[in-house]
Amino acid sequence: MNENGIGASVRRKEDQRFLIGKGNYTDDINVAGQTHAVFVRSPHAHAEIKGIDCSDALAAPGVVAVLTGDDLAADGIGPLICGVTVTSDDGEPHRAPAHPALAQGKVNYVGDHVAIVIAETRAQARDAAELVDVDYNVLPAVVDTSSAADSGQPQIHEVAPDNVCYNWPFGDKDGVEAAFAGAHKVSKLDLVNNRMVTNPMEPRAALGEYNPGTDEITLHLTTQNPHVHRLVLSAFNQLAPEHKLRVVGPDVGGGFGAKIFVYAEELVVGWACRKIKRPVKWNGDRSEAFLADAHGRDHVSTAEMAMDENGKFLAMRVQTQANLGAYLSTFSTMVPSYLYAFLLAGQYSTPLIYSEVKAVFTNTAPVDACRGAGRPEATYLVERLVDICAADMGLDPAEIRRRNFIPVDAFPYQTPVVQCYDSGDYPAALDKAMELADYSGFSARAEEAKSRGKLRGIGLSSYVEACGIAPSAAVGQLGAGVGLWESAQVRFNPTGNVQVFTGTHSHGQGHETTFAQLVCDQLGVPIENIEVIHGDTAKTQFGMGTYGSRSLAVGGVAIARACDKLIAKGKKIAAHALEAAEGDIEFADGNFSVAGTDKAMNIAEVAFTAYVPHSYPEGVEPGFDENAFFDPTNFSFPAGTHICEVEVDPDTGVVEVVKYSAVDDFGKLINPMIVEGQVHGGIAHGVGQALLEGCSYDSEGQLITASYMDYAMPRADNLPCFDIDYAPTNPPDNPLGVKGCGEAGAIGAPPAVINAISNALGVRHIDMPATPETVWRAAQQAAAVSS
Amino acid sequence: MYEFNYRKVASVAAATEAMQQAEDGKFMAGGQTMLPTMKHRLASPSDLIDLGGVAELTGISVENENLIVGAMTTHAAVAASAEVQQAIPALARLAGNIGDPAVRNRGTLGGSIANHDPAADYPAAVIALGATVQTSKRAISAEEFFTGMFETALEDDEIVTSVSFPLPEAAAYMKFENPASRYAIVGVFVAKTGGEVRVGVTGATACAHRGLRLEAALGGELDAGGIDAVELPVEQMNSDIHASAEYRAHLVKVMTKRAVEACQ
Ligand SMILES: Cc1cc2nc3c(=O)[nH]c(=O)nc-3n(C[C@H](O)[C@H](O)[C@H](O)COP(=O)(O)OP(=O)(O)OC[C@H]3O[C@@H](n4cnc5c(N)ncnc54)[C@H](O)[C@@H]3O)c2cc1C
Repeated sequence: MNENGIGASVRRKEDQRFLIGKGNYTDDINVAGQTHAVFVRSPHAHAEIKGIDCSDALAAPGVVAVLTGDDLAADGIGPLICGVTVTSDDGEPHRAPAHPALAQGKVNYVGDHVAIVIAETRAQARDAAELVDVDYNVLPAVVDTSSAADSGQPQIHEVAPDNVCYNWPFGDKDGVEAAFAGAHKVSKLDLVNNRMVTNPMEPRAALGEYNPGTDEITLHLTTQNPHVHRLVLSAFNQLAPEHKLRVVGPDVGGGFGAKIFVYAEELVVGWACRKIKRPVKWNGDRSEAFLADAHGRDHVSTAEMAMDENGKFLAMRVQTQANLGAYLSTFSTMVPSYLYAFLLAGQYSTPLIYSEVKAVFTNTAPVDACRGAGRPEATYLVERLVDICAADMGLDPAEIRRRNFIPVDAFPYQTPVVQCYDSGDYPAALDKAMELADYSGFSARAEEAKSRGKLRGIGLSSYVEACGIAPSAAVGQLGAGVGLWESAQVRFNPTGNVQVFTGTHSHGQGHETTFAQLVCDQLGVPIENIEVIHGDTAKTQFGMGTYGSRSLAVGGVAIARACDKLIAKGKKIAAHALEAAEGDIEFADGNFSVAGTDKAMNIAEVAFTAYVPHSYPEGVEPGFDENAFFDPTNFSFPAGTHICEVEVDPDTGVVEVVKYSAVDDFGKLINPMIVEGQVHGGIAHGVGQALLEGCSYDSEGQLITASYMDYAMPRADNLPCFDIDYAPTNPPDNPLGVKGCGEAGAIGAPPAVINAISNALGVRHIDMPATPETVWRAAQQAAAVSS
Repeated sequence: MYEFNYRKVASVAAATEAMQQAEDGKFMAGGQTMLPTMKHRLASPSDLIDLGGVAELTGISVENENLIVGAMTTHAAVAASAEVQQAIPALARLAGNIGDPAVRNRGTLGGSIANHDPAADYPAAVIALGATVQTSKRAISAEEFFTGMFETALEDDEIVTSVSFPLPEAAAYMKFENPASRYAIVGVFVAKTGGEVRVGVTGATACAHRGLRLEAALGGELDAGGIDAVELPVEQMNSDIHASAEYRAHLVKVMTKRAVEACQ
């Protein structure tokens, strides 16, 4: 094996600059003549704007401009768009209310954008922002997910009666009903998937520069997908034509989904810098991140499973009400629909599945993809329901899973809900996880815990997710406005080093290392001679960005394809130089050699020859630089079993996660250390959702959890050391044999934790986040019932 | 932050004078509450009088069976002090668990009690240990010092100079942390001093206070047997998204029992 190639835990190349404080984030970038912007935001969840008086603000020291929705409309900029259309049950497209980047007549959530104040310094802009006098007529707010569509609720958008964005039934309703009618047993569960604030470490920021000489706008943004930003801002928001707009996502301090979307601030900063002909910088603070980053999850569901007398699943029925917030964020509509309902089969061969999703508007921040996006919601529902089924059937949770797993020989497996799973060996992951977790030793550990006054519980979660988003044809059929291929360019310089341009974007994932390893492995170039470049529309040909664990599974393959082209071209050049037939040239470990001889030249020499083609094969172009686009034929389907063990203090309700084992199938691992880091982070995120994170608004739509004083994030001491292993299978649809690993932990963990707590307490269900008080109350109730 | 005048002073007298001259001045100790409040534009003092350079306000000593801690002594210094660890180990542990390292290296005892956040830790110890707060003007007993949520007996130009803690025979602090802020949802400090057992409660209500019903149940002994039967006034408890009043009342008893056990 190449020591820095596929399978090696190479130290992250990018860490050098991060560890010495030389990362280059949007806020680190300052340009001559820069001004500073602050947004005036709505303090009300729902209000009419009767007037905006900017005169005091305009007169304040240092103020350059104060711009409102009227200015934006006059220039024909915006509105913001949602890129995926879901068809409602009446055959009409989902209801899409206008989403102006600066409010026009109405605000719809606390934090909604009303005006931008631009001044010489940030402090001046903040001072002046307080002087913008907005005359509000406060309206009653809709906040609660489950009652948002009830009659009598205030109406948020005229185009969306009853605050409904869409009703989306999916599956074989009649078949499911018949199966339920004939079932031996039906298990049922009501559950909530708690709303989360996504919380990347770096708050969002934007720096816009306009060059009147070239009529070009350059926008530095906290983005996970610079080209998608450019495309949407150009094609749909009228900011500037694509060739006159450059979007740069420099170092970005985490995204977790929240930096996929095109936000009001980004469009407004881009527009304002041209309007005032000076650079404009906006750097959001943490409070703004809580208020106005897209949030995640927020479902209220009922799930039912019909079973035969052996606990075999016959049919599943799901009803979900999903909160989309005040407006449709860029990809919001697809999250509780395609990314959710298409994963409801889980790891099981349930033949019939029917779901109804009602997506609703509320006077809360827009909700969109957050690490996992739809799949955590689906997995939580399925894996909680399966535990309920086990309890109702008197089966061990592991046993009921085993009885219903999709058999190993059934892959590729067509589920009843669109997806065709590529590969999997679910029993293998379960077995390995049970061994890792010492499942059979659990009862002894529980006894021992009891002697210390603790309730110990164990919980399983066997998840599957759809990654590597996605085949363009598939997403196009579903109403996506874009294709979801990925592109790459691999360029040798004449001196033999390599620049790899990828359309994906790294904001913590370590692409600069993983992708370099791919190239190092395939082309035999020393890893230190390879540079991975991403995040700048002026450098990379095109790209769809990073989300949905797609970067390696789609973007990595594009890189490999570009390398294939280099090798093919290199063979021609080497054949000419070595005076052999092209068909006799073999390529291995960076060397082109003539089969059966010791005649060879390495790839750096070939590259040099390509740029200095003094003696060169006829008909071959000079240069050694290839690009490739890759559009997968299918999603990839990572899967695995996670097992969580908790101890509950019944006197306080405090839950301690004491043991956590994860066995995942990510296909082939390129850099096991980086993968392990992704798994750790994912599990921490999932444990955070299960135990700590609950975004909450009061009845007037004020965000209560608006800072870290009230919004609890997981910290190291909330987590045990994880036991991690893999049970890989080989996905036939992916040329690299990889599946994706960035979201798995956040998907697998929540049900494992809640199953463990329910097990510890001996209760049927407990909603997330399982805060101490919630658990204490459940423990009290359980004790009362059993005594 | 709004504009303000920054004043650095070298003595308590100079600080008092600066305060008297200021239109709407505020003292600053570690700034761990003051500065975030100003950054959020919730406070806008005309003058910020920095006590950081006042040498007479720092230091730890044991005199006449009392541990004396200067107002500007940081939480980290208290936690690391051999004197405190020897004299009142529970106090060192309490200080060592406040906030995070950055907060502990800036935040001070004087700032903490002068601020009197209803969820702060020190007030429980000050009360249970029967400490005396020494100020630039007078000595104030613990029970008279904390008067209400974010309110104390201090006058505007009065500076806490030190706190004097009588040495206990046994003491322990039990904190039930808010999972987000890690301040106390409920904190109970139990101390046996001179044959008397006192209970200081923080977090539970608007004001740090003596748990008189709990003390009655203990009857001067470090025996938690009677605590379960105590009825606490639920209606006086704080209630928020992290803990209802009923749950807080329950936690006060659980933390009391645990603190009593830890004293043994
Ligand atoms: C992230 C974070 C976590 C925290 N966690 C905890 C925790 O777990 N438990 C806890 O108890 N506390 C916690 N704190 C609070 C912290 O411990 C400090 O004690 C508190 O901020 C006040 O101390 P300070 O020295 O920073 O005072 P400052 O912020 O400087 O001042 C606070 C107030 O006290 C006044 N003041 C200060 N010193 C004096 C004096 N000598 N005389 C008169 N008035 C004075 C000031 O005028 C001001 O009104 C936390 C703080 C932060 C930022």
